[in-house]
Amino acid sequence: MKGNRFTYYIKEGIDSIFTHGFMSFASICIIVACLLIMGSFTLLALNVDEVIDTMESQNEIMAFVNETYTDEQARAIQERIEGLPNVDEAVFISREEAWDDFTATYGDPAAFEGLDASVARDRYVVYLEDISRMAETQQALRDVPGIANVRAHLEISEGFVKIRNVVTLVSMLLVAILFVISLFIMSNTVKLTTFERRDEIAIMKMVGATSSFIRWPFVVQGLILGLVGALLGYVMEWGIYRLLTEKLIAGSGLSFLTVIPFSQVALPILAAFGAVGLGVGVIGSLMAIKNYLKV
Amino acid sequence: MVQFTDVFKSYENGAKALRGVSFTIRDGEFAFLVGPSGSGKTTIIKLLTGEIAPTDGKVLVNDYDLGTIKFSRMPYMRRTLGVVFQDYRLIEDKSVYENVAFAMRVVGASNKEIRRRVPYVLELVGLDKRTKRKPQELSGGEQQRVAIARALVNNPRLIIADEPTGNLDPARSLEIMMLLQKINELGTTVLVVTHEKELVESFSKRVIAIDGGKIISDGMGGYYNYER
Ligand SMILES: Nc1ncnc2c1ncn2[C@@H]1O[C@H](COP(=O)(O)OP(=O)(O)OP(=O)(O)O)[C@@H](O)[C@H]1O
Ligand SMILES: [Mg+2]
Repeated sequence: MKGNRFTYYIKEGIDSIFTHGFMSFASICIIVACLLIMGSFTLLALNVDEVIDTMESQNEIMAFVNETYTDEQARAIQERIEGLPNVDEAVFISREEAWDDFTATYGDPAAFEGLDASVARDRYVVYLEDISRMAETQQALRDVPGIANVRAHLEISEGFVKIRNVVTLVSMLLVAILFVISLFIMSNTVKLTTFERRDEIAIMKMVGATSSFIRWPFVVQGLILGLVGALLGYVMEWGIYRLLTEKLIAGSGLSFLTVIPFSQVALPILAAFGAVGLGVGVIGSLMAIKNYLKV
Repeated sequence: MVQFTDVFKSYENGAKALRGVSFTIRDGEFAFLVGPSGSGKTTIIKLLTGEIAPTDGKVLVNDYDLGTIKFSRMPYMRRTLGVVFQDYRLIEDKSVYENVAFAMRVVGASNKEIRRRVPYVLELVGLDKRTKRKPQELSGGEQQRVAIARALVNNPRLIIADEPTGNLDPARSLEIMMLLQKINELGTTVLVVTHEKELVESFSKRVIAIDGGKIISDGMGGYYNYER
């Protein structure tokens, strides 16, 4: 009995897809297009995030210790610095180490006129948890007694954080708008079927069909359309992403950018596409059938 | 069983279709519901099928109180009814057999039950030679019989027919009425709505007459008192 119904739902659902071949094709195309835009922006956002993460691990604030401090006094501030909010780690570098490092890189410092006094200072290399709060942390470091000067690359970090915020915002907006558009198209495709079958639906009601029995074939219709769209969109997204990341970026000197390999996000993207396809299909068809079930 | 107790129905536009209607149709009865156009006959049918709700009063159908029934129980109430519409309401692209089988599938019958029951019902209405035809390949009387077969197939306790002979010639009309009478003799309660005075008079059955939303006479014998 149950099996009988199940095959009925599937058969009716698939029948409606082919009866309205063009609208079905159109709604699949819209879902694919929407998913591609959603997916591409999400991937862009993820990549910007990844770049920022890399920067965070590299980007550091130099905090120079007052020259009058002895080595012991200078090392004593470490705990204080690491206790500050947003500070991940502070590494102490003595003036001797810094000096050696400098001469190893640039040769004999005697050749440099008017050398920055900071070369002769003890310092901390401070790593942050979140570079978007760099300015705040920089200020906090300045207020630590014994810290004479703080050097940070604020402009770069702020630039990337701004890009990230814009990309995230645009992605979220696009995802929301495109979801609504997909829902609208899907619901209208299914509505076409419900409209054509309104007499049949009325008869079903009159002979005592339950609402769920009437609903299922349309849900199956939307579900199949949504999932087919999701799968097609996924395969295309994969192709486009690999083309862009492997061919374009690798060949254009932008290779310093850290790019997430598709394999790393393949499953979450597949799941997200599947969920959007499923959601659009099911919600769209429920919206379409709603008005017919009231009596 | 049908029981109307002091039922009022006003439509949204203010039209007072029923003004205090009370009657009871017991299980196994055969009754005609007659009255001039606009008197409220279809309104009574729609109340019976749960398509509309009464403004006031109580409607009982096969032990379901339609005033308090939950929306989710409505389908189960409807399964105790078989409704025959004046315009047949058959599905055009399904065959005679499929149209009838459809009503069984909708309520969750198995293929086995469907294969057993549908031919029996089609034979009962005299359509066993027409099972593969589509509705538009049938005469009006034959289509009406498909509609009756569909109403019958789930073995309802009550059959309601709204103007089942409206589009048929007198000979065909009589045939349909004989069929409904046969169904009634097999144990199903039957309520027939009709305009056709001659037809009603040729049967010796209970006649409920309605006019202006009120019952004006109710009794045996095929006589009722209104001017058409
Ligand atoms: N959906 C509606 N909205 C508003 N008024 C309605 C509606 N349906 C019926 N009416 C009014 O209610 C009254 C009773 O209508 P009903 O359809 O029950 O009559 P009837 O006896 O079936 O007539 P007929 O023999 O012509 O089918 C009429 O005055 C009609 O105009
Ligand atoms: Mg009427």
